[in-house]
Amino acid sequence: MSDYGKGTETGTRENRLGSITGYEGTLQGLGQACGGGGFGDRKRCFSQASLCNAACALGQLGFVTDAAVVHHSPSGCAVTAMSLSNSKDQLAAKLGLDNSRSGYVSTDMNEADTVFGATENLRDVVRETHRRYDPRAIFIGASCVSGVIGEDLASIARETSEELGIPVAPVFCEGFKTQIWASGFDAAFHAILSTIVQPPKVKRDVVNVINFFGSARKEITALFALFGVEPLFLLSNTTIEQLSQLSESVATVSTCATLGTYLGHGLEEQYGVPYIKSLQPHGMAGFESWVRGLAKVLGKDDIADAYLKKEKETWQPKIEAFRAKLTGLRAVVGMGPGFNFNTTRVLQELGLEIVHSAAWHFDKQYEDGRRPESFQYLLDHSPNDFPLSVNDLQNFELLNILNTVKPDIFFSRHTGSTVWATKLGIPSLCVFDEYAIFGYHGLVKFASAVHDVVTNRSFTKNLASRVKLPYTGWWFAQPHHNFLEAGEPA
Amino acid sequence: MKILDQPRYVCALGAMQTVQGLYRGVPVLHAGPGCAAKLAGGIAGSNGDSGYLSPQIYPCTNVGERETVFGGEGRLRETISNALKVVDGDLYVVLSGCTTEIVGDDIKKVVQEFQNAGKPVVAVETPGFKANNLEGHQWVVDALIDQYLVPRGKGPLVKGLVNVWGPIPSYDPFWVGNFRVLESLLEEVGLIPNAIFGEYRGIENLNRVPNAEFNLLVSPWVGLGNVLHLEEAFGTPYLHLPNLPVGAFETSRFLRTVGKFAELEPTLVERVIDRHEKEYYFHIERTSDVFLENRTMSRRFSTVTNAADALAYSKFLVNDFGLVPETQYITDATPEEHRNRIVGYFKEFQYGIEAPVVFSTDGHLIHQAIRDTDWFGPPLILGSIFEKKLAQELEGNFLAVSVPMKERLVLHGTYAGYHGGLKLLEDIYTWVLQQFN
Repeated sequence: MSDYGKGTETGTRENRLGSITGYEGTLQGLGQACGGGGFGDRKRCFSQASLCNAACALGQLGFVTDAAVVHHSPSGCAVTAMSLSNSKDQLAAKLGLDNSRSGYVSTDMNEADTVFGATENLRDVVRETHRRYDPRAIFIGASCVSGVIGEDLASIARETSEELGIPVAPVFCEGFKTQIWASGFDAAFHAILSTIVQPPKVKRDVVNVINFFGSARKEITALFALFGVEPLFLLSNTTIEQLSQLSESVATVSTCATLGTYLGHGLEEQYGVPYIKSLQPHGMAGFESWVRGLAKVLGKDDIADAYLKKEKETWQPKIEAFRAKLTGLRAVVGMGPGFNFNTTRVLQELGLEIVHSAAWHFDKQYEDGRRPESFQYLLDHSPNDFPLSVNDLQNFELLNILNTVKPDIFFSRHTGSTVWATKLGIPSLCVFDEYAIFGYHGLVKFASAVHDVVTNRSFTKNLASRVKLPYTGWWFAQPHHNFLEAGEPA
Repeated sequence: MKILDQPRYVCALGAMQTVQGLYRGVPVLHAGPGCAAKLAGGIAGSNGDSGYLSPQIYPCTNVGERETVFGGEGRLRETISNALKVVDGDLYVVLSGCTTEIVGDDIKKVVQEFQNAGKPVVAVETPGFKANNLEGHQWVVDALIDQYLVPRGKGPLVKGLVNVWGPIPSYDPFWVGNFRVLESLLEEVGLIPNAIFGEYRGIENLNRVPNAEFNLLVSPWVGLGNVLHLEEAFGTPYLHLPNLPVGAFETSRFLRTVGKFAELEPTLVERVIDRHEKEYYFHIERTSDVFLENRTMSRRFSTVTNAADALAYSKFLVNDFGLVPETQYITDATPEEHRNRIVGYFKEFQYGIEAPVVFSTDGHLIHQAIRDTDWFGPPLILGSIFEKKLAQELEGNFLAVSVPMKERLVLHGTYAGYHGGLKLLEDIYTWVLQQFN
């Protein structure tokens, strides 16, 4: 169990939850393995560049409407500022928000800094950032360099916070600490929980919605209105004031359990805000579980039942029509575990056969010690015990799998994976939007997209027939788990 | 105080894009798990970072806690060894990151062990804290010269063969188009261009580098060390043209300078120029009403970008298009030794016009200075996406041309050459015409 809000750091997922990035087997095999003792990670003796937790942590915090990020790093790590440069403005403009108090700067660490340390420059940059942007809070992001040379971010944060009169939180997201980039979500939420969130003064009819960019804002607002509550979409486009009041909400839901676990459980444990541990609201079973889970906590089961019944009647015929067209298609899914298991379930609802599932990591449990609901659901309901692998965006393994399995369609949710399946000639759908399969209506839209992708294969065929893949024939003749080393006991 | 606000470059490891720009070159990173994807995402932005390779394909040691404590040379050794088996490339370039450099891993020593691997493997130390990606790019080219070309030796000189250097792969959003225009300009005057970066070039072109008659560098400072290095290594002379030619005036000057250096027949060069200028001014003539009879276009402009783009676009806007430069803000952390020379380039416009130059990596201060400038009308600002809101605030005109560019897509597009100048006017006026006139 974690010390939410206590201490400056939260452990990585590997250390805290026993999460892994290497596995090869099947769905049920993984279910059995992670239930018993001796379940450990398997390392690789060859790997490809994946992602780091700093991008997840500071990418999230950079979207807070009126907070600034000071990245104590060389220039390259601060590339997140480039990524955010216009996207945070685009998102704020959509909601008519003024985000002029947000900023993302770097201390531009150089060689001398690695020798002599640079906490004094960091202190000056925090002050200057405060002067420039007048943010309501400042997050000091760690980097590999600041971590390796042992910079004391916590002290600088404490001292500048006192001096400036605003919360200043260190965010411990050194890239070398974890192979699981989702650890960065935990680091960001830890900073929020430990530094921003205040004890409740009143109770509000607000439900915290842990998500990425809130693209289903309208639909969720309308749905929650039936229950007499308002959604607060976290973290993008929220203010420090709103975040300080998270403890006053009546419940917390999440559209991605991987993203939400730390904050959801933290708010529950520390402030008694119930965290709805349902399936995620993708597809039919997920949506029903999510809506009913929330309704139960709010004591509005009747409203939920009536709403779901009506919605289902509206959309069921269209879902059935698509199911008839899609049944029997062989699919491979490659996504982070949260979206993977939820999407896999949805594809089974649409009649597709899962022939392989690749998760970018695997959490055998969340903060409460329970298995992820979406994983348990598959263990209980999947019609087949499909092959399952865990790899942290290891493209060579994924392409090897796809080349062997040759599915009719590939589903992904990370940059640089759909592309490569397409180049193999496999029609692919990047399910980027977290609300792409939201509820019954979302399921219809998604099913339509799947049908379109397998119907017109022109782009896939045109591209695949003209490119050479960057892998050797030798590699494609090896088993995909060739470079996985023997397991380490947990 | 040292602050990077609105970063417009990345760290030295960003030079991995230089390796990817070399077709079938494979970057092998001895770095943290997130470096590649993050750097590519920042540099390429919305412009795509997929090709024969993408950052997800780069072999990488994904340095973890274990390597920061015990060192990562063993991990690097197995990664290179397996990369050679798994990834199909012609040349493998091992690049180190911050952590492994601080820990003290000796990547050159490890790479030495692969001298008989059947494929060339070179090593470049590119820790992020040491310099930015512009310098990293030069280090990669230097490493290719020292560790790959020099051991191969110099082949026979090929008359008319010209190596083309300048645009930085990916960091220059128009790099592919820019190389192609430079190549085709050289071809038109009878030379044989040899660029190593871009589609389906790569090791074959790299192998020809020592055989060239001369090296052509089109850049104010990046790459200067490389052509000097090539002169030292192979005795190849070089022609240094500081600005990428944009539009008729600069492109004609470019062709004449190259022609003179290569001792080409002047009438041949003039024939090429004449044909292009005729076409160019056909378009300028038929659009001159739009250019001249317009309430919202600017007379004065600033650029907020790296030295190469600042110089290329300001030369065009002044010498070709008749605008007057305000301060040019150079944001690429230009090394001190090049600064005076670069300031000089901005004093060589037509009619004795000069532009003040400010070197700064602090976007916040630059924006403040632009706000404090009296523009005598709407300003035109060429820069990165960071200048968009500023231009809107000042009711000015704007075009994103540099990293981070965002919100526009470039495939083979380029502002280089005659057609490039026309394209730049199209793009500037696409913004201008969206304002009330």
